[in-house]
Amino acid sequence: MNKVVGSADEAVADMKDGAVIFSGGFGLCGNPENLITAIHKKGVKNLTVVSNNCGTNDKGLGILLQSKQVKKMIASYVGENKEFERQYLAGELEVELNPQGTLAERIRAGGAGLGGFFTPTGAGTQIAEGKESRVINGREMIFETPLKADYAIVRAWKGDKWGNLVFRKTARNFSPMMCTAARITIAEVEHLVEVGELEPDSVHVPSVYVKRIFQGSNYQKWIEKRTLRTA
Amino acid sequence: MPLTRSQIAARAARELKDGYYVNLGIGIPTMVANYVPKGIDVIFQSENGMLGIGPYPTEAELDPDLINAGKETVTEIKGTSYFSSADSFAMIRGGHIDIAILGAMEVSENGDLANWTIPGKVVKGMGGAMDLVSGAKRVLVAMEQVAKDGSKKLLKECRLPITGKKCVNGIITELGLYDITPQGLVLREIAPGVTPEEVQAACEAKIRISPELRTIAV
Repeated sequence: MNKVVGSADEAVADMKDGAVIFSGGFGLCGNPENLITAIHKKGVKNLTVVSNNCGTNDKGLGILLQSKQVKKMIASYVGENKEFERQYLAGELEVELNPQGTLAERIRAGGAGLGGFFTPTGAGTQIAEGKESRVINGREMIFETPLKADYAIVRAWKGDKWGNLVFRKTARNFSPMMCTAARITIAEVEHLVEVGELEPDSVHVPSVYVKRIFQGSNYQKWIEKRTLRTA
Repeated sequence: MPLTRSQIAARAARELKDGYYVNLGIGIPTMVANYVPKGIDVIFQSENGMLGIGPYPTEAELDPDLINAGKETVTEIKGTSYFSSADSFAMIRGGHIDIAILGAMEVSENGDLANWTIPGKVVKGMGGAMDLVSGAKRVLVAMEQVAKDGSKKLLKECRLPITGKKCVNGIITELGLYDITPQGLVLREIAPGVTPEEVQAACEAKIRISPELRTIAV
């Protein structure tokens, strides 16, 4: 078994136009920076990207948006990206907005082999339009379908050569369930370690979900809102 | 005198009880964390996967891997835990968060809330708001009820697309504190120096005055 690849470019070498990609990250936190750059360089187009946000104008997933590689975006909040708004209003970009918890659970359902789920979130709102609804235990619920992707791209703090992953603080966010619901999950890690070096009880994503892994480099770790207190 | 934004936040903070797990939205709700009553422990949840949010960091503590749901840098406290987005929203949807304090663009007299979109104007998305209002045990709105352009925000029915139906339990504004009841809006507390007539004039919805109406302590 050899899941270790030499670079981000090698990791996305088989990516084709029209691919559906999950990208871990919350805003600019926990972004798979090396993989986003590699996809940008490769120039694949008509991508469907699923991520909570869409970066900022020129950072994170905003890089792929700027280069017009994204055909459709599935997200929960896109308020930080003016270029996104421009492309959407100009009809250049398809957008599907999901409540954040519904987005997370749809991905989880995709990875867990479920056919969907009923949720109270969004019942009676625009989100419910065209969806099956049912009253369960006295509450109105709407049916949401699972989400799957061709690729998941995530950044973890540590990973071993089998693909066991450990995240750090709030950089975890959507990445664990995204790893479970893609045909090919690629993890870039800040520290690539030998098998056996990770504490088994502390693994966030078990190796079975990860197909390719590599040591990332040159992390920028952009900060979107630098809020400080005076010491 | 109508309450200032800080005073609205301070009054909202007095709704917190010892042991509460709390989610705060952006704007006035974020300021609630500054006014937690002394002697009680409350734990703040952030929907990006954190329980136990601490204050903003010093320059030395700044960590790009540690942000709140508003994408601001924060710190952890003793007892903080981290988890995935799926776990975070299971926590929210599953009714484990005692109170969510949110901002609003409009609230109707039966508790419908609109705070996520203005059609044709802004494309931002609902983020976690729809999940929070459907899952938190109690939903409190903290906002200014008259917008800068003079338009009212406590309405008979929401005009904007709603975030949740009949989901708001209470509202705290610059003019008063309201409960949403089966009979509509009930004014339970009023800002000092403001008359019930002035409050009614600032609401499109008809308000009822609680027989035990009190003045908000500021």
